[in-house]
Amino acid sequence: MLEGLMIGLSTALSLEMLLMVIGGCLIGTFIGMLPGLGPMSIIAIMIPVAISIGDPAAALILLAGVYYGAIFGGSTSSILINAPGVAGTVATSFDGYPMARAGKAGKALTIAAVASFCGGTVGAILLMGFAPMLASVALLFHSAEYFALMVVGLSAIAAFAGNGQVTKALAMTLLGLMLATVGESALFNMPRFTYGMLNLQSGIGFITLAMAMFALPEALFLILDPSRSKSSSEQQQAIKNLRISKQEAKSIAPVVGRQSVLGFLIGVLPGAGATIASFLGYAVERNLNTNSKDVEFGKGSIKGLAAPETANNAACTGSFVPLLTLGIPGSGTTAILLGALIALNVTPGPRLMVDQPAIFWSVIISMYIGNLVLLILNLPLIPYIAKILTVPRAYLIPFILFFTLMGVYIGQNNAVELMILIVLGVLATIFRFAGYPLAPLLIGFILGPMLENNFSRSVQLFDGISFLWERPMTGGLLAIALLLVLLPTCRHWLEQRKKAITANS
Amino acid sequence: MTLERFLAVFFLILVLGYGYTAFFIIDASLPPFIKMNPVWPSSFPKIIASIGVLIALFLVFSKSSQPKKSDEELEAIRNYHWQSAFLLLGMMVAYALLLRPIGFIITTFAFLSLGAIALGERRLPLLFVIALTCAGGIWYLVQQVLGIYLRPWPWFLSGGF
Repeated sequence: MLEGLMIGLSTALSLEMLLMVIGGCLIGTFIGMLPGLGPMSIIAIMIPVAISIGDPAAALILLAGVYYGAIFGGSTSSILINAPGVAGTVATSFDGYPMARAGKAGKALTIAAVASFCGGTVGAILLMGFAPMLASVALLFHSAEYFALMVVGLSAIAAFAGNGQVTKALAMTLLGLMLATVGESALFNMPRFTYGMLNLQSGIGFITLAMAMFALPEALFLILDPSRSKSSSEQQQAIKNLRISKQEAKSIAPVVGRQSVLGFLIGVLPGAGATIASFLGYAVERNLNTNSKDVEFGKGSIKGLAAPETANNAACTGSFVPLLTLGIPGSGTTAILLGALIALNVTPGPRLMVDQPAIFWSVIISMYIGNLVLLILNLPLIPYIAKILTVPRAYLIPFILFFTLMGVYIGQNNAVELMILIVLGVLATIFRFAGYPLAPLLIGFILGPMLENNFSRSVQLFDGISFLWERPMTGGLLAIALLLVLLPTCRHWLEQRKKAITANS
Repeated sequence: MTLERFLAVFFLILVLGYGYTAFFIIDASLPPFIKMNPVWPSSFPKIIASIGVLIALFLVFSKSSQPKKSDEELEAIRNYHWQSAFLLLGMMVAYALLLRPIGFIITTFAFLSLGAIALGERRLPLLFVIALTCAGGIWYLVQQVLGIYLRPWPWFLSGGF
């Protein structure tokens, strides 16, 4: 291993490779900031450039840099304008955007950058040590366990939605699952719930829904209530303030530590990836934080921002484990990377580490360098990026609306998708007025297809639903999911009863 | 009926419609060979619909979890800038309908300028310069740098509808 590591170090630290990492990170960050262009599309755009380089190690290093940069860029638009362009950064907007609105945009971006750096770095170190070992653990997970894991994820999100909100959050999750079944499913190849509309055949786009749930209602609220976008001169000063105080650093350190490991482990499971890692990381920290005196989650908590940021970057690194050691892509993005590797005549799998150690190790080393470069490049840029928020309202709102429309249009090149965006956006605004949480809907939508595919595969394998009790891990995970939903409801009910009793006496 | 309860009823109707489609319309259109499988395209939607009906009924008949809005809050909602919001929504619909026929640069320029004017911007020369630079710059970035096709000019200038 040490020999391989040295080969990797000498390859990754050459001037050419360093330039690749820096270039990749820069391109990724800037394009990733445009809502609608996630890492998957940016990597797809960059593949021809990478292939033309010829050297597989250099190509993979460039693409890995783009990947990290795009994820950081996506976090920036989530934090500043509440427009997550990528599923993995949706959870970042839960606390990042309230922080930006409270005038702490600079601090929020710094925390995001530092948390991403830590998550990515710990992930890279774990990848080095555990890559072969973890690959065998991931193989123990079958579709039944994936199905149960996703049910746990969805219940966790609904369970931590807040007091008395669990049923509403469950309703929104189901609405998300319903929207996810529109169009042709991967397993059955027949249209469902399209009601004869051809444009719905391929389903509703993720970007369309993400924009409709977050960016559009926020912009509409900014128009309706002008006092929301007015910032005092004090707040404008605070935007530039990047410093994290000692106390804040102390409070996020354990979060970053936990989520780096958790995120990495989830990233290793094929199919799970950064999205589940970020949501689960957020839910876990929210649950651990219930009795703390810190700012509440969802209202600008620094822990709530650090958790998904750390977890999603650690998971991105983790998702390279099944790709490099088994040749199985863990996410859509790594699937595109696999395509690029095959085009470059490299076949990832258990033999890669032995046959082409330079490629295997230089990619791992360059991930670490990529994280460092990202931190060095982005920290000085943060005050300028955060200035977006000081743009006058009359300019900011039409621009947010325009980027929302563009984000949806350039992904699909379909004007009907824009109409769907507007209708869903108006509906989402009405739901927000009535206090329905919108995030569970989007999470249900993202996990829906994976949930259904794993469920259907398990039913086919077991010729029925006996997998629910025949596989202990599946049963255990589903029991956890049930507990997660029932516990807060019982707690809420008991509190109400106690209140009624004290009021009577 | 409060908005919260109204939306719960809306959700119930939606789930019932979804369930009807899953249980009857999709099943009726399935070819016989799919029906021999243990899992059908309608299996998962049926589960969602069943759970959904239970949750919707619970929402419709349970007590509201929202604190009642005070008179000041209701007054603030009444004073919201509804007209501007509807105006900008109308502009978004117009943008969606005109983007293809009129082309990216003109529609984007018009949307950004009219949107800012609707929100009270009166420094027109500055606004026009910013809107034009933005429309042109983004078109260049998307079409020329990223290679994603965006029709810049109206159909009669770039050939074909």
